[in-house]
This record gives sequence, structure tokens and C-alpha cells, in this order.
Amino acid sequence: MEEVRVLLRNVDRINPVSAVDYMNEGGYEGLKKSLWMSELDIIHEITESTLRGRGGAGFPTGIKLSHAHNARSKNKFVLCNADEGEPGTNKDRILLSKDPNSIFEGMAIAARAIGADKGYIYLRAEYPYIVPILEQALENAREAGCLGDNIFGSEFSFDIEIRPGGGAYVCGEESAMIESMEGKRGEPRFRPPYPTVQGLFQEPTAVFNVETLANIGPIMYRGADWYKTMGTKKSHGTKLYTISGNVRNKGVYEYEVGVNLKDLIYEAGGGIPDGRKLLAVQTGGTAGAIINKHQINMPMDPAYVADSGGSMGAGDVLVIDNTNDIVDILDNVLSFFVHESCGKCTPCREGSMRLYQLASGIIDGTTTSEGMENIRELCETMRLASLCGLGQSVPIPVLSCLDNFREIFDEYIVRNEKNKKIAAGGAK
Amino acid sequence: MNTSHTPAMQLEQVASLAREFKGKKDQLMLVLLKAQKITGHNALPEDVAVVIAEEMGVTKNHIYDFATFYAMFSTEKRGKHVIRVCKSTPCHVNKASNAAHMLEKTLGIKMGETTEDGQFTLEHIECIGVCDRAPAMLVDDEVYGPVTEESIPGILSKYQMQGEEI
Amino acid sequence: MVQIVIDGQETEVEVGTTILEAAKKVGVKIPTLCHHPDQAVKANCRICVVEIEGQKLLQPSCSFPVWEGMVVRTNTPKVQRVRSNVLELILAHHAQECLFCSRNGNCELQEVTQDMHFTREVRYTNETRHGKDESSPSVVRDTNKCILCGRCSYVCDKIQSVGALCKEGRGFSTKLSSAYGKDLADSTCTNCGQCIQACPVGALTIHDDTEHVYEAMEAGKHVIAQVAPAVRITIAEALGENPGTVNKGRLVTAMKRVGFDKVFDTDFSADLTIMEEGHELLNRLQNGGTLPMVTSCCPAWIKFCETSFPEELPHLSTCKSPQQMFGALLKTWYPERSGVYPKDIYSVSIMPCTAKKFECVRPEMNSSGYQDVDKVITVQELANMICAAGINFADLPETEFDSPFGLGTGAGEIFGATGGVMEAALRTVYEVVTGEELEDVDFNAVRGFEGIKEASVDLKGIEVKVAIAHGLGNARKLMNAVKAGEADYHFIEVMACPGGCIGGGGNPIKNWKKMEKRLEGVYAEDKKLPIRKSHENPYIQKIYNDFLGEPLGEQSHKLLHTTYIDRSDIFKS
Repeated sequence: MEEVRVLLRNVDRINPVSAVDYMNEGGYEGLKKSLWMSELDIIHEITESTLRGRGGAGFPTGIKLSHAHNARSKNKFVLCNADEGEPGTNKDRILLSKDPNSIFEGMAIAARAIGADKGYIYLRAEYPYIVPILEQALENAREAGCLGDNIFGSEFSFDIEIRPGGGAYVCGEESAMIESMEGKRGEPRFRPPYPTVQGLFQEPTAVFNVETLANIGPIMYRGADWYKTMGTKKSHGTKLYTISGNVRNKGVYEYEVGVNLKDLIYEAGGGIPDGRKLLAVQTGGTAGAIINKHQINMPMDPAYVADSGGSMGAGDVLVIDNTNDIVDILDNVLSFFVHESCGKCTPCREGSMRLYQLASGIIDGTTTSEGMENIRELCETMRLASLCGLGQSVPIPVLSCLDNFREIFDEYIVRNEKNKKIAAGGAK
Repeated sequence: MNTSHTPAMQLEQVASLAREFKGKKDQLMLVLLKAQKITGHNALPEDVAVVIAEEMGVTKNHIYDFATFYAMFSTEKRGKHVIRVCKSTPCHVNKASNAAHMLEKTLGIKMGETTEDGQFTLEHIECIGVCDRAPAMLVDDEVYGPVTEESIPGILSKYQMQGEEI
Repeated sequence: MVQIVIDGQETEVEVGTTILEAAKKVGVKIPTLCHHPDQAVKANCRICVVEIEGQKLLQPSCSFPVWEGMVVRTNTPKVQRVRSNVLELILAHHAQECLFCSRNGNCELQEVTQDMHFTREVRYTNETRHGKDESSPSVVRDTNKCILCGRCSYVCDKIQSVGALCKEGRGFSTKLSSAYGKDLADSTCTNCGQCIQACPVGALTIHDDTEHVYEAMEAGKHVIAQVAPAVRITIAEALGENPGTVNKGRLVTAMKRVGFDKVFDTDFSADLTIMEEGHELLNRLQNGGTLPMVTSCCPAWIKFCETSFPEELPHLSTCKSPQQMFGALLKTWYPERSGVYPKDIYSVSIMPCTAKKFECVRPEMNSSGYQDVDKVITVQELANMICAAGINFADLPETEFDSPFGLGTGAGEIFGATGGVMEAALRTVYEVVTGEELEDVDFNAVRGFEGIKEASVDLKGIEVKVAIAHGLGNARKLMNAVKAGEADYHFIEVMACPGGCIGGGGNPIKNWKKMEKRLEGVYAEDKKLPIRKSHENPYIQKIYNDFLGEPLGEQSHKLLHTTYIDRSDIFKS
């Protein structure tokens, strides 16, 4: 398994705030090339590359560009979603702090493709130390003619502003992010209308994840065909994986799409330290599937990962060793959703708390097999009826955990029912 | 009942900050984040909200509605420094709860509380994106991790010293 | 137009129609909670979800637009199971005190629960959101019953531009609040009660004062009531009859049976208001007074102006509202005529309005030496009293209002609708200024539900420009223009509630469809009356001759006019 460096090519090799350094490494060549292409040709190239959103939802980037391109308005926006809130995801932080120009370039090309002249980076509040880096990098990029009026002497003008987040996971959902940028609570909007039609300030808006944007420059520079040489048959390019939890080498790694999860854990991550054993892996962040040690032989390829029982998410691999109790992990996962549900729609606002209470009840003895049925029914309701991806995906970790660790949960439930019977008997 | 009494000088600072963004409701987040720092106790008490509302042309009601949504804000006075300990799963499996307990013990407060000298407020936070340093925490804008029994005194003393200088 | 299929029924609807609207068209009822016919779509309660062929997830029918060939199923077992689970989640976080709730029997959550035949036990422990706020004389806010549908804050923000309500916190602990957790009484709330009208449940209700009235009756007080013009429009509706059913005869009978000693008609003091306000306008026009002059009948508007436009207070007419004019007379002139001491009088107003409860306790409102109006009872509360007294409203004989205030004119009658005060004033001002009889008394330009109406009236050479705003959001727009010096009107009418008093917060729960019917009732009633101009009311002429002297005279000034205060401090504390 060999690490590739497409997105991380400049990390720790150049001065991150220097546009000149970035250009010396071939940076902004993709943008320069796109300046002389038609909007449709740019979109065509990106569509050809088969690039999909790297934030978790995996929406085809070319199609999103095309929707925003087709929306009619003088004012359009390109937003960079730098609200990297999914637990166990650090990749965007690396790109933002180590190679911000690669993001600016992606945004500029996207803006050129849809006809926007303004972009925003919505940076999560938990990354305050990145603000000065981005500000300096933006200033230098403007000075070097890479941003601002008449970029590289062309007709095309585009500039970027940073907008801070306030500490809310849900703002990683694009419409919640837009609400937040308008000075409101970060509550997701119902759709349709989609942001590409009515987004920021009710104008057509294309929102992209940081990593997605970082892919666009290289694709434009080296072409879709080059891009498609990497990855699997169905999914192309490279992917940043964040490996966290109980492994020796926690961190962010770049591999071609489709790398095996087992290799990520044992080769890149260096395995589990101190002679402890693997209990579980959660792939795709806290909203991702929790799988057991027998399931880890799976390709991290969005086209197949779900069939293998995992989730791709933003490429997160959380390794959980056997000093942990899986029921406690589920409890922790649900406490996250209780804390981060925005409270707008009923299923997520109320359902997250009820799931949390039921999961806690598994440990403290109040949840019986009826409660387990209740959990499953609630999961169905949240998945089908929640307003946004947050509530819709809470069932993923819950149900996968229940299914993949059935014996452990069964043991708890048997214990709880036995104790309940004893208690009821005692009461007589 | 108005219990907040932010010094006039700070209110003046907040006012001139907010004035810059008059009519720009979309910059509310930025203004509130900065205002919270100006107050020195990491909070947006009512008198601060009143000034911002007037200068920016948003309602106090809206500021409250907004600020109580986001984890970074508090409408009640906090310590000079806010320690935010990550409790998300990647830190959790690296025994973040131990780190949290140690901090509680060292500071003599529980989560959500502020030390008597007004130096520190201890809070839980969800993932701060530095899972390679689990268990991790933020003290104001600075990242620390892995947080261990050994590293805690050193980190805290850095901020306590700062306090003495002022 | 697009072709769609809903539950097997083919139908054709306009592009952009929501599934909910389309379903209604084919007779399919989908339960809703956050949906309100007069408001923007929110799609947050998720009780209206349906299945769309080809979609993995269920979609909310209130927000989801149809497309050509869409196949929708609204009642599959899956849909019903999910809805029932959503409902269960709502019920588990809602106070379980339905039997004692003022919305019992008239609650959308109850209706949905019934329609869905939800009869099983709720599987979760009942959680409560703390804080019942009874600080306001007008509105009770019980967050315990709140289902966070957002309908109240929509009307408070978007329609009224008052912004007294907001959310606090997020997730499961989100609750309805006001800035910095303040009580409503300490907020910018104008007491208009539009939030009560918007609430699907009992989270926002009228501050119930009926107990005080019963106490006064039991204590042997001389309990007298005045009945506002809008009350006769909505009381029958509140008791289950069709919107727009107007009947004052049955109303008077019912009130007598409930135990009121005398029942007077506020139409009388509406006419009096026109006399005073009309002359005030003429005075301002002739003597260079502050213009435009703005009406002062509406207490929610007054508080709004005192709060948000304190520097514009000189524009307000100094006239008291009809309620308070009547209140002053009921404890001054009436005792002289009836021989009942003012201290023995318990003066009750029956109003369509929750803000009147606030107005009557304003410290200035004691020209008689006592609190002029002791209690204000809204239409909803009166309906409850009639019901509790076992009176079958539908079958009552008719009784006339009591004299000496028994006669009101059509001018007083139309006070309840937006534009009504303006029209009544114009009918009188025209004749006073021109000395000629007004042949066509219908000023159609000032009628109807358009947010801001403008008209110009030719008083034989003198052009009077007028404007009318209803809903405080519209009032704000108009006042901003006045403030900027961009409004060259002479006279402005403001009513805080959309549609005027017939849309007041104290009425039965409304929507614009019902409001149309109520409005028809108002003008039909006006047409029926023999006298339609205030100054032609013989009792008005008599009270000026016997007691008040002349409009704007010394006695009038003492009893019928008032002052205002700057309340902008509310933003600072």
C-alpha cells in the first residue's frame, strides 16, 4: 500500500501562506488553464473526472457545478465548507493550514465555471488558529494576482472572504451553514429549493467541501484522464483518510480511493498499541457505521463500502480497542447527537434524546427487549422523517452497532430482563 | 432584572466594533465572537447585546436566539480562559473522561463551572479536529494534547502566569 | 399544470403546488401542526410526511412541490407508523394536562392525535420544558405545552415586527423564550395576542380574568359591561356558529343571564371618539399642529409606538380609546344618572383584544378617581362564561343594549375592521368641514385587507391625505416613512392586529378565510343601521349638551384625553 501525494503534495514542503511558493510547485496552473476555457468545458472536464464530494455525501461535483451554472442570477456564490465537525475528521484542517492556496484555486475554478465572483470560506470555530493563516494567504494570493480583480490579467474577477462558525456540528450541513452565514441559527432549510438554486442570500450557491476543492486544481491542470488513472474502477482519484482512536500512528493519510480498511488500520495506523486487541471500527465519522473485527477487510471505495457494512463519510477510521465497552461507545455516540441536534425538526430533536436515554438504559438496566424494539422503530422514523442529513444518519451508527455486536447487546438485555423480573417478584 | 454590568470602556469598544457592521446581519457571528473576547469574561451579557443590537440594527431578541444556539457563546459570565475538553468518540476511546476528571480535580470545579478566582471555565466540547492528539482540549484558541496528568499543571500555569502579569 | 396521482386518485394541479395542497384538492386530509394557512412553510414538525414513488425518504407534504407524473401515497402503513412515532415524540415532551387546558377541545395537537387514532401508551417518560410565564396581563406563555412549531415567533417577528419571542438553546433543550429569558411583561411584547391566534396548542393563551368578574358579581357589586364593536362579530363564532354570524341581541341576553347588571354598547364611545378625534384633526389642520395625526384607539399599537417610536409620540391623537372613554364616563356621568356610587361599580369591558387588559391598568386610566375599567374580558373568555352558565346561545331571544348609552351608529360599528376608524372619522369630518351632507357614506378605498391603504379625500377644496396600516409590521413601515419625513399624510389609522379588531388576539382562533367572513359581517351591520355618522347620534349630542360641553372642551380634556410615555428603555434593560 503506497501513499500518494496529490492533495498533500505541498504539505510541510512550502510556506503555506505564500502564493509564490504554491505557484513554483505548479499551483494555479489549473486556474490559469480554466481562464481560457468556456464555463461548460470546465464543467465537462470536472464531470469527466467523476470527482465526488469529499465531505461525506458524495454528490458528483460536476453535476453540482452544472446546476449552479444553469441557475439564472447575476449574483452567485461559491462556498467552501470548512466546518469540519465530524468527529474523527482532521483532513480539512491539514489542507486549510498547510496548503490553503489549493483551496482558493479550487474555489476560483468553481466560480469561473458557474459565473460567480464571490466566495466564502465558512471556517469552524474550533479552528481559530487557522484564521490568521488563511487571512495572510488570501492577502498574498491577491497580491500575486491569483485572486481579486482580473485574475492573471484575465476578465475574470473573484475574491474570497472568511466567515467564522460558532460551534455547531449541524452547520456542516450546507443549508444550515448558509443560514449561519446569514446571521441566523444554523438550522437546515427544507428542500427543494436546493442551494444551487436558492442559497446564500437567496442566490444560487455551490457549496463544496475543502478536500473536494483541493482536487479541482490538479484535475484542471492534469486533466480528467490523468485523474481517472487513480482509484478503483468505479471511484477515482485519491482520498484523505483520518485515522484516529486506539492506533499507534494517528493522523491524516492520502491513498488512492479504494484502499483496504484493514491496511489503513494496521499499515498506515500501525495497529493497536500495548498488546490490546481490536474491538470495533467506526468508519465515516460519528454518523458512520460501527463494525466488528471480522468485518474490516473492506475496500474504502464509496461504490462498495456500504455493501460491506461500512460507510465512507469523509474517510474517517476510528479504531476502538478491547478496553472499551461497545455499549458505552454507543452511549457516547448518541450523546454527541443529543448535543448537536439543532432542534428544528421533531424526529431529530426528540428522537436523539430518546435514543440516548434508551441506550443508556442498556447499561443501567432499564432497557429491555421492548426498549430495543423501540430503538429500531425510532431509527426508522429518524431516518425517514428527519429534515436533514444529521437526523437521517443517526440510525447508521446505532443500527450497525446493534447488528454487529448483537451478542453483547443480547447479554445486556437478558441481564436487564432477569433483574427486572427479580425486582417485580421482590415487590410482591 | 439586569445583573450584567460590563465596564463602560468595554461597552464602548464593543460599540465601535459593532458600528463597523451596521446593517450587516450576516456578520453577526464575527461581531459576537469578537465582542465576547472584548468583555474579558468570554460572555455576551445583556448589556453587551443591547449595545450590539443598537449599533448593528438587529434585535436583542435575535442576538439571544442566535447566541444560545452556538456552543462558543455564553450569555453568562465565564472565566478569563475557557478550557474546552473534547468528549467525542476519538478522544473518548483515548480516555478523555480521565483527562476531564483530572482537570476538574486540579481546578476544583465541575464541568460547566468557573473557578472562584474567575480564571478558568471548564467545558465539554465535541470534536475539535485534532484526533491525533487525543485526548485533546482547547484553552481559548490554543490546542493541547494529549492531555495527561503530567501535562495539566504546566498548561494551567501558563495561563495563571498570564493572569498575574496583568 | 402537472398530472399527479395521490392515493390512486389522478388529478391535475398547478406547477409549484405542494403535495399538501394537492391532497386537499382530492379530499385527502394530511395531518399538520407547524403548517398555518396564513404563514410561510416551516416543515419542522414532520407530521405531514408522505411517500413519493422513487424517493427513499419520506417527504413533508407541506413543503414538497409536485412534479409531472409524481405518485404520492399518504396513508401507507409505513407513513402511518412514522407519523405515529413522530406524534409520540411530541406528546412525550408536552404537558399531559389536556383536561385542564384552555385549548381543550380546540387544540390542533388533540385533533391530530384523534385523527390518527393514537391510543397507545407513550413509551417515553414525560419531559417538561420549564417555565410558565404569567407576568403579562394579556398573554400566558406555558413552554411546557410548546411543540416548537415556530408559528408564534413567525407572527411576532415577520407580521408584527415586534420580536418578543425567540428560541433559546438548541436540540432537545430548545425552548420558546424572550431575550435573556425575560418574562413577557418585561419584553417588547405589545400584548396584541397574535401569538395566541397562531399557537396550535395551549402554549400561548389569553390571561384568564373571568374569576375576578364572578367575584365582583358574588360580592354584590353593580357589575356593568361595555361591549366592543368587534365582539358582536365574533362571539357567535366563538360559540360554534359560522364566522361572520352577527347578533347583538342574543349577546346582550346571554350577558344578562351570565349576571351583568347592565350591558352597554362601546359603539357609543366609538362615536364619542370620532367627535373628539375628528375635532382634534381639524384643530391640528387649522392651527399647524403635528401632522400626520395617528389614531390612538389600539393599545397594542400605542405600546409599540411608545417602545419603538418614542420620538413620534406627538403624532398620536391624545384621544383615549373608546374603551377608556367609556370607562371614564361609566364612573362619572353614569353614577350621576343612575345613583350608583362609583365605588360600587365594577366596570367590565368585553373586547376582541388582549392588549386592552394592559390598557385598563395603565396608571393614567383613572380619571374618575378609580381605575376606570376594572377588568377586560375577551371574546374567548366571555364565550367560556356563557358556556359555563349553561346558556344555549343559538336559541336565545334578543335584548336591546341598556340606555343611556344604548345607541351606536354604523360609524361605531365599523371600528372593528381595519380602515373603520378612518371611515367613521371621514364621515364626520366631511360634514363638519363642508357643512354639507355626505351622500355616499361608503369610503371603499379605506376598506379591505391590503396591508397599507392610502386615500385622498376632497373636502370641498381641502385635500386630506390618509393612510391605514394594520399589523404592526405595516405600522412600522408607515412610521419609518413618517420619521423620515417622507409621509405627507394628514391622518393615519393604525390597528395592531392584521385585519383590525375582528382579527384581535382575544377572538376565536382565526385565519384569513374566516377573517373575510367577519369583515362581511361588519359592513353588513353598518348598512343595516339607521344612523351611520357619529355626530348624528342623538345620545352623543345629548351627552355634550348635558355633561361634556363641547369636543376638546375642558371636561372632555379631563375625561377623554390622555398622555403617552417613552418606553424605549425596554431595549436597554
